Amino acid sequence: MGEPFVSRGFFGRRRQPEQAGRIPPGQYLVDDWPVLSAGPTPRIRLDQWRFTIEGLVRQPVSWSWEEFLKLPSKTYVVDISCVTKWTKLDMKWQGVSVDTLLQAVALDSRAAFITASSYGGYTTNLAIPDLVNDQAFIAYQEGEKPLTPEHGGPARLVVPHLYFWKSAKWIQGFRLEEREQLGFWETLGYHRRGDPWKEERYSGD
Amino acid sequence: MADALRWQLGTVTEIHQETPRAKTFTIALPLWTAHHAGQHYDIRLTAPDGYQTQRSYSIASEPERQGLVELTVERIDDGEVSPYLHDVVQPKDQIELRGPIGGYFVWDVGLGGPLLLVGGGSGVVPLMAMIRHRVAAGSSIQTRLLYSVRSPDDVLYADELQMLQDHREGVDVIYTYTRQAPGGWTGYRRRIDRAMLKEITSQMEAGLRPYVCGPTLLVEAAANNLVELGIPADRIRTERFGPTGT
Repeated sequence: MGEPFVSRGFFGRRRQPEQAGRIPPGQYLVDDWPVLSAGPTPRIRLDQWRFTIEGLVRQPVSWSWEEFLKLPSKTYVVDISCVTKWTKLDMKWQGVSVDTLLQAVALDSRAAFITASSYGGYTTNLAIPDLVNDQAFIAYQEGEKPLTPEHGGPARLVVPHLYFWKSAKWIQGFRLEEREQLGFWETLGYHRRGDPWKEERYSGD
Repeated sequence: MADALRWQLGTVTEIHQETPRAKTFTIALPLWTAHHAGQHYDIRLTAPDGYQTQRSYSIASEPERQGLVELTVERIDDGEVSPYLHDVVQPKDQIELRGPIGGYFVWDVGLGGPLLLVGGGSGVVPLMAMIRHRVAAGSSIQTRLLYSVRSPDDVLYADELQMLQDHREGVDVIYTYTRQAPGGWTGYRRRIDRAMLKEITSQMEAGLRPYVCGPTLLVEAAANNLVELGIPADRIRTERFGPTGT
C-alpha cells in the first residue's frame, strides 16, 4: 500500500505513557484474564499427575506432583500477550524454571526443539533457545493462588516473551526433537514462533 | 494460507441493526477467499498519528456468499473498537482487515453431523455461519441450536431462525432466557445445565458434533456437562470469550 491507510474518524484510546512501551503492536490492555481453549477443560487428579521429559535425552525423567512441588521454585512477574489481542501486565506466577527441569536430563546434542504436550491432547512447538536462560517456567500458582483448571491448572508452561498459545495449559511433558514438529495451532495456520513484538501471529507473518 | 492473510481494504456495503446492542456489517473484499463457517477476520484500525489496534470478529455469513463477509459486532460500551464500528462507521467507509483465520472451531457439511450448536449471547455468530452454510449447501444434517440469551431483545437473527423453524429445514432452535422470557413462554428460563443438555441431546442421532461458543462460564458449563453426558472430549469444539469471573 502507498499512502498509509487511516480509519476515518478513529483516534483510539490513549495509553498511559508508562504502559505504552510494554504493549506489543495491535494489542490492547486488559485487567481481567480471558480464557481461550479449543475444547473442554480437562480435570486432572493430582495423584495421577506426572510431568515427563523424553525424546532426545539419555534417560527420560518424570516427576509426580509431590516431587514437582519439591523442586526449587521462583516468583516471576511478567507481561502476557495473547494472539487474540489482549495483553495483561505484571502477572505474578510461582513456578519451576525450565532450566531446572532440563538440568535433570542429559540432552542429546541433536536436540534443538521441544514439543510441549498437555493433558487433553494439546501440543505446541518451541525452539530450545526460547525456553532456557530463565525465560520460561512451569507455573502452578498465579496471583498467589493455585492455578485454576480453566487457566491451565494444576500446572502450565509459561513462555512470557511469546504469544500465550505457546504457554501450554495442563502441561504433561516435553519431548526433545531434532526437527521442529508443528503443534496444534501451528498446524492450523498460526506462526511457528509467535513473537508478539514482531507480530508473528499467523504463518507467513 | 499466507495469501489469505494479507491486510486488505474492504468496503462497508450495508449496516444492519440486529438488536439494540448488535450490528451486522457487510463488507465487500477485493481479496475474498472462501472461509470455513466458524472462522473470523481481524480488523485493524489506524489513527491519524499511526496508532493501531486490532480485534477479531466472527464471520456470520456462509462461504457460499462470494466476495463479501458479514461480521456481527456487539457494542461493548467501554470498548475501543466496537463503539467506533457502531457509532462512526457508515456504508461506503473502508475497513482494513485480514482473514479468514482459525482452523479448529470450523464446520463444513463434509464433516457431517449431527450438529449440536450451543451459543451464548453473541457467541451465536459463528454458529449462524454454520447454519447458513448447511442451508446453502442443501444439507439435511440434523442440526440443533441451543441459544442462551438474557432477554428476547438480545436474540440475534431472530426472524431468520424463526423462518428456518417454520420451513422445517431440519434446524431446531431451542432458546433459554436467563433474565427475561417473552410473555407466555413455556420453554427454558435458566442457564444451560446438564438436564437441559441431556434433554436436547437425547433426541439426537449418535455421533454428535458439538460446537460451543459464548462467555467463558457458559462454555465451561456446557462443555463439562457434555463430557459428563458421555460425549468424547475431543469431539467438543469450543470458543470462549471473556474472563472466568472468579
